[in-house]
Amino acid sequence: MCGTCGCGGGGARIENTAFEHHHHHAAGESRIIQLEHDILAKNDAYAAQNRAFLAAHGVLALNLVSSPGAGKTALLVKTIERLGGRQNACVIEGDQQTSNDAERIRATGAAAIQINTGKGCHLDAHMVGHAIERLAPPDRCLLFIENVGNLVCPAGFDLGEAHRVVILSVTEGEDKPLKYPDIFATSDLVLMNKTDLLPHLEFDMDQAIANARRVNPRSTILPVSARTGEGLNAWIDWLTDAQATAAAGLSKAAAAL
Amino acid sequence: MSLCESVLDIIKDLAVRDRFTQVKRVCLEVGPFSSVEPEALRFGFDVVMRGSVADGAKLDIETPEGSALCLECLETVAVRHRYDVCPICGASALQTKSGEELRIRELEVI
Repeated sequence: MCGTCGCGGGGARIENTAFEHHHHHAAGESRIIQLEHDILAKNDAYAAQNRAFLAAHGVLALNLVSSPGAGKTALLVKTIERLGGRQNACVIEGDQQTSNDAERIRATGAAAIQINTGKGCHLDAHMVGHAIERLAPPDRCLLFIENVGNLVCPAGFDLGEAHRVVILSVTEGEDKPLKYPDIFATSDLVLMNKTDLLPHLEFDMDQAIANARRVNPRSTILPVSARTGEGLNAWIDWLTDAQATAAAGLSKAAAAL
Repeated sequence: MSLCESVLDIIKDLAVRDRFTQVKRVCLEVGPFSSVEPEALRFGFDVVMRGSVADGAKLDIETPEGSALCLECLETVAVRHRYDVCPICGASALQTKSGEELRIRELEVI
């Protein structure tokens, strides 16, 4: 076996020949390889595939992120109920373990598929691509992707969504946008959930909004309560507008054919 | 950890393309807004590289400054945190321009 690179070991053999060296080593000399290789390039390539597929089908995909317990699933259940038959919706649920959340969504009649990430703390575009294949969302539907409850790692992983939506419950403290700025900076919409609890808390809504604006001056901020339904109409209007834009893209593409 | 695994996947592909068998040093560029904590990356790196071509490789991490456009005074300013205010006019409406880098810059290989 070659002592420099180890080739020829492990029983490697080319048919009918003894293993021979065809390459030359500059013995033990190191060299520098200059790169600008994006570490997330693989994920970004899968995300681009997902985005192209979703756009071609006029599907509006939203990546919902929050810390655990901010009320993502409850909000989704209420949102789907409120959409009623007006809008086809389906859901990809991400959790480390259990399919509890997917079952909660299916109870509303909407199609849902669960991804269990095991030890993983976020969804990635590859997993979501397979889930989309399995789910086969109908054209012009709304696709909610509920990420693993975590305000850190999901910030780095594009799933191919049209918009990222961060849900902050008012029980969490108004400084969350400053503590976890990356996720707030990359989200288009902030939903301040559980506003029905405000009378019992010392949560300063104006300060929370100012903090969210400080890390992301462009985001839309909507206060909602999944429990009482307060603010849900504004959220549904936002969804309807975003969906109209996605569907218009599909019609335009069809007209161009 | 999964980022370290991505780094290793990239190194493995490059090992075939650029014909090297050992990595002595890996240089990464980690921007302040990349959602990555350099120390956490360092912690996972040694564990993930063990038994691979990059076993024992030294890890260098460059942490460039970020830059942002101030929406008030329209100057491009250097920033370290997403919540920084404009050092020129004090406004807090800053739009990030760079700082999300997460790249392999350089490999020293044999």
